Amino acid sequence: MAFGPYFLLATLEGLVMAAVLALMALGLSLVFGVMRVVNVAHGEFYMLGAVLAWWFASLVSGHPAAGFLLALIASPLVVAAIAFLAERLVLRRLNYEPEATIVATIGILYIIQQLALTFYGPEARPVQAPFDMRIQLPWFGYSAYKLAVIAASVLLMFATWLVLTRTKTGLIMRATQSDRETAQAFAIPVDRVYAGVFAAGAGLAALAAVLIVPIQQAHYLMGQDPLLLSFIVVIIGGLGSLRGTLVAALLIGLSDGIISMFFSPTLAKMLATLLVALVLVFRPQGLFGAAAR
Amino acid sequence: MKGVNARALWLHLAVLAGFFALNFLLPEYHRGIFSRVMVLAVFALGYNVAFGYTGLLSLGHAMFFSAGLYGAGLTIYHLDWGVWPAFGAGLVAGVALAVVVGFLALRTTGVAFMIVTLMFAQVFYLTTLYFTTYTRGEEGLVLPQASRVLPLPGVEVSLTDPAARYMTALALLAIVLLALLVLVRSSFGRALVAIRENEERMRMLGYDVFTNKLAAVAVSGLACAAAGAAYAVLFGYVGSGFASIQYSILPLLWVLLGGAATTLGPIIGTLFMFYVVDTTSSYTSAYMLVVGLALILLVLYFPKGIVGTVRERWLPWLP
Repeated sequence: MAFGPYFLLATLEGLVMAAVLALMALGLSLVFGVMRVVNVAHGEFYMLGAVLAWWFASLVSGHPAAGFLLALIASPLVVAAIAFLAERLVLRRLNYEPEATIVATIGILYIIQQLALTFYGPEARPVQAPFDMRIQLPWFGYSAYKLAVIAASVLLMFATWLVLTRTKTGLIMRATQSDRETAQAFAIPVDRVYAGVFAAGAGLAALAAVLIVPIQQAHYLMGQDPLLLSFIVVIIGGLGSLRGTLVAALLIGLSDGIISMFFSPTLAKMLATLLVALVLVFRPQGLFGAAAR
Repeated sequence: MKGVNARALWLHLAVLAGFFALNFLLPEYHRGIFSRVMVLAVFALGYNVAFGYTGLLSLGHAMFFSAGLYGAGLTIYHLDWGVWPAFGAGLVAGVALAVVVGFLALRTTGVAFMIVTLMFAQVFYLTTLYFTTYTRGEEGLVLPQASRVLPLPGVEVSLTDPAARYMTALALLAIVLLALLVLVRSSFGRALVAIRENEERMRMLGYDVFTNKLAAVAVSGLACAAAGAAYAVLFGYVGSGFASIQYSILPLLWVLLGGAATTLGPIIGTLFMFYVVDTTSSYTSAYMLVVGLALILLVLYFPKGIVGTVRERWLPWLP
């Protein structure tokens, strides 16, 4: 094959990756932006979303779309509920003190990972895609499901943007983000907002996982790489900036897809991680974020 | 020893004497565990300099440990170096890495520092995987027994012998522990604590905060590299697993459990946690669950750790 088809394939794969990454990073960014909490367990909420998706899908016999649809609705809800509990039982009692919450979320990471290993096992299991169709492109046929994932991610990003900028809920969240104490003085239940945002962030990660699981199988260690990548996306995009997150996810997803198609994936990951660490060192507000107040 | 009060010095010497006596009292299995714990306790002591005393929450200390590990292991395996020069190579690798990483990462603070150290450690981990021809990646290298001989004046000590291994680990622990005891009571150590408590005030008082923090990271890296290099020569195994994120989190756990910013805390924390994991793993394989629960319960209910609590309640003179 010539360069053209390879490049198109790499770009498409990169776009799918970017779509999922953007959703996951959006959750991380929301939690950090509003609560100032670095959620190290975010990758495990993603993994949990995928594992639960497999479980829900296996409950339903018949057309694969039915099982997938059930997973798409139920899995993010269950994960959000678990995150809500974790927030109430642990993070709130730590008063959101940054270093203590990091240690606590590391603890949550280990617990979720172990529970997944114990009850789900070390195998990787697939979920059937809701539809099996190929769309003919100039050089090859491409899975229609993957294109649907990209579309779904775009829709969800747009919906989040609408909620944040056009609704009262969004207004409350933004108020809490910009000044917690003033928000409280205006009778905003900051405490409940925090719990809601943490649950919503985890739910977004789970949603991303349900979308990816027909392409990539569910496995108890699958949260690690996306966690690091979404940290990278959030940092490059500037913490708490929706537009930045989207642009950075595209940048990272595409370059990861293209680089790992042509070079060794380990090398690609090495260089990307080093680059981002240096961005954080020399430009801590990110490439798109405004300077810190 | 200037600045170290006599009670504290006697207590530390008594702890070391206790470890010495245990060599003759412990059954073989537990003696093996203690040798390992002493080496890992040096790792925890090193981590404590950065995290406990200077307040730098790093999630990348596995890279300093494994820099020592690979510095010693690769030179023995590929270049046939003796134990002393290989150990030296491990120390140099660790300190050099600590200075470079510290110089870059210390430009950030708080959460950003944590993420940057995590990422540098990840790059180091991936590097050990990438050069798999030399490191054999996750599978790792087993150092030949013949090369693990420590030449001392008059005798050649084989580090594969359990008693020799125990005593070498204890010697390393003693040197590092006493050096840190002096260090934390020196004006440098006090400056580090003051930086942790109020960086701005120290800057206003005319201290060079950046250089002090960099020195703290270098000292911390040196101790961690010493632990790594000792691990390579004592246990004869070098693998990528030691560079993974898990080995950045374990010293954090050990230090938190024992008591951050206490000299004896990291040793007690390492010993305690090692036995908790060892005991639970005979009932269940769910050791990550234990680590996770321990971390959460510690930050929730016991943030000062074992020795930290003892110091607060009963013995305010503990260093």
